[in-house]
Amino acid sequence: MSDTAIDPRYATRPPKRPLRLSWSDERVRGIVYQIIVVGIVGAIVYWLYSNTVHNLDVRRIATGWGFLNREAGLPIAEYLIPYDPTDTYFRALTVGVLNTLKVAVVGIILATLLGTLLGVLKLSKNWLVSKVVTVYIEIVRDLPLLLQLLFWYALLQGLPGPRQAINPATGVFLSNRGLKLPFFEWVDVHSWALLLVVIGAIGTYFFHKAARAKQMADGQPRAVWPSAVIMMLVVPLGAWYFMGAPFTPDIPALRGFNFSGGLTVSPEFFALLLGLTLYTAGFIAEIVRAGILSVNQGQWEAAEALGLPRGRVMNLVVLPQALRVIIPPMTSQFLNITKNSSLAVAIGYQDIVSIANTTLNQTGQAIEGIAVIMLVYLTISLSISLFMNWYNSKIALVER
Amino acid sequence: MENFSLRHIARGALGAIGAAIFALAAPAVAQTPAPAASSGGGINMIDTIRARGQLLCGVNTGLAGFAQPNSQGVWVGFDVDYCRAVAIAIFGTDQNRVRYVPTTAQVRFTALQSGEVDLLSRNTTWTLSRDTSLGLDFTAINFYDGQGFLVKRSLNVTSARQLDGATICVQPGTTTEQNLADWARGARINIRPVVIERLEDNVAAYLAGRCDAYTTDVSGLAAIRSAQQVPNDHVILPDVISKEPLGALVRHGDQRFADLVRWVHFGLIAAEEFGVTAANAAQLATTDNRPEVQRILGRTGGLGQMMGVDNAWMLNVIRTLGNYGEIFTRNLTPIGLQRGPNALWTTPGGQQYAPPFR
Repeated sequence: MSDTAIDPRYATRPPKRPLRLSWSDERVRGIVYQIIVVGIVGAIVYWLYSNTVHNLDVRRIATGWGFLNREAGLPIAEYLIPYDPTDTYFRALTVGVLNTLKVAVVGIILATLLGTLLGVLKLSKNWLVSKVVTVYIEIVRDLPLLLQLLFWYALLQGLPGPRQAINPATGVFLSNRGLKLPFFEWVDVHSWALLLVVIGAIGTYFFHKAARAKQMADGQPRAVWPSAVIMMLVVPLGAWYFMGAPFTPDIPALRGFNFSGGLTVSPEFFALLLGLTLYTAGFIAEIVRAGILSVNQGQWEAAEALGLPRGRVMNLVVLPQALRVIIPPMTSQFLNITKNSSLAVAIGYQDIVSIANTTLNQTGQAIEGIAVIMLVYLTISLSISLFMNWYNSKIALVER
Repeated sequence: MENFSLRHIARGALGAIGAAIFALAAPAVAQTPAPAASSGGGINMIDTIRARGQLLCGVNTGLAGFAQPNSQGVWVGFDVDYCRAVAIAIFGTDQNRVRYVPTTAQVRFTALQSGEVDLLSRNTTWTLSRDTSLGLDFTAINFYDGQGFLVKRSLNVTSARQLDGATICVQPGTTTEQNLADWARGARINIRPVVIERLEDNVAAYLAGRCDAYTTDVSGLAAIRSAQQVPNDHVILPDVISKEPLGALVRHGDQRFADLVRWVHFGLIAAEEFGVTAANAAQLATTDNRPEVQRILGRTGGLGQMMGVDNAWMLNVIRTLGNYGEIFTRNLTPIGLQRGPNALWTTPGGQQYAPPFR
């Protein structure tokens, strides 16, 4: 793919001729056919569009995006940004998008970790471990996801009510209202400290890169961890301390019907996350296993001959090569998690599909509602694809 | 390499946008009969239904008393009887003349807009925004309802005002959902919604204790309560937080079909007012000498023809289904609903009223 490569095919290319306006000229024919095809497609699209607009008009069905600024009036149970039923439809839809992203991001991370672990375990020499993993993978892959979601949701609903909640530790409650965890009251200082941690992580990354480059030059390994601790831990904690060290514990307690305070993991979110993670991990496990098996046995033997223990052989020799096989199908699985999260409607998690559906029902503007859903999924999916393709090209074999 | 992948994605995006446009316009394909008809002064739904040989009627997915398949798989209920009444008015009989299309709260309007059903008889509330922006017409109020709360008796709650902090199960895409938010705001109460699309799953969540209360129209609550093994374990709270006038809807475009659906309802009301029942309708059609009864039952006046159907339209409907009161008693009394505001206007508190048949 490099620019200097000379492709033998280019060498045998016929010399350029001027275009003759004749049907016998292959290129003229090609251009005409292409114009016809594009014209037909364009006409069909135009016809579909004008027909839709006309029919909407005839039926006096409201169109346009004006509804986005109207008061939504719909209650939403879980939100990452402040939301109230008096807010607009636009805000409600934003809440839905964030809810979709929340479950997709956490699901992708957990499914990748679990799937990789399972894929490695399936190749284990321990007969019991590998068989148990095989049974798990076959079960989750062969049952419809919707069924699994409903199963997990029903299971979580079977937990005791809030007044009989399971209370394994102070402030931790597990009931059919979800999992309550103790937390502390979040103030601005915490946000600043968190920002410093993120900056510290970026700094650590570049420091690590520079240390690596120096090691390549003079062969001296340099410890990264002391500066990492300073940048990611000492500096943010110090900043937090000097800004007054605010800390007010927020421990959930039963008040009236429900728990108040603390962090909540709702049964709807948890069931969806559990279902998506366990289901997709089964597929990822198979992808990882296939990737590892694609690495030639000779690589193992060579690495072991160097005296590397089996774990390091896997981490340093096999997995980096297996990644080239693993990444492309992995992208599809990440896209699947995102798209499958739309099954949330069935178990009452208010993702973008749920909220857009309600919106289109309240406003009657189905086309706009569906367009929003499609736009959101298209954007998320293309972003994932772009990122994964970038990563894939980064780890791909450098061809010379 | 990067160039290649970018181009690849761009191509994918173009394809996806094309597909999106196609999907957006797809409903139009189903609606293509409309343009020609609308320019020519309105399509005749009654003729369309007659030519098809069946009325497509959108009903609930399963709500005791209103629309539910019985043990033989036959749809029964108050809303179902309205589908049947319209079919009988058109065909003279409802033998194989109605196809019931179960619709969830979220797809019901789209089903009617797109022509998947001719008539939506699915406990749907008449509101201004629905009447104006959906391209649909409400015909008449066949049931005066209001929104209430169902709670477990063991919760010891006697008023909705005590529900502060409670988790409440509600169906998405309903006026109920918005009323709940409005009411909570007005009453300065914090509530947590759980919204599950399918009615059955939603009720299951309430029964499993995921929610402290279930909210919908009082009629729906009565239906749910009556379907439980021990109905007495559940209480419908006395608070009614909204007006929910329910009725059948038709698409914009054919006022004559809307007229027919509306007047079938009035016919059922008038029949109850004049004491015409399933048992005596055939006899009264020949013997009764009250002029309005003669016009309702089609002996004089030719009212049916004005509607575009047979003159014996209401006679056939009443002979098969009975009058409004009989339909109510057959379907809604067993689930514990009183006539209340749905009694005839001649009884105190009753609001069901029919304009003159003339």
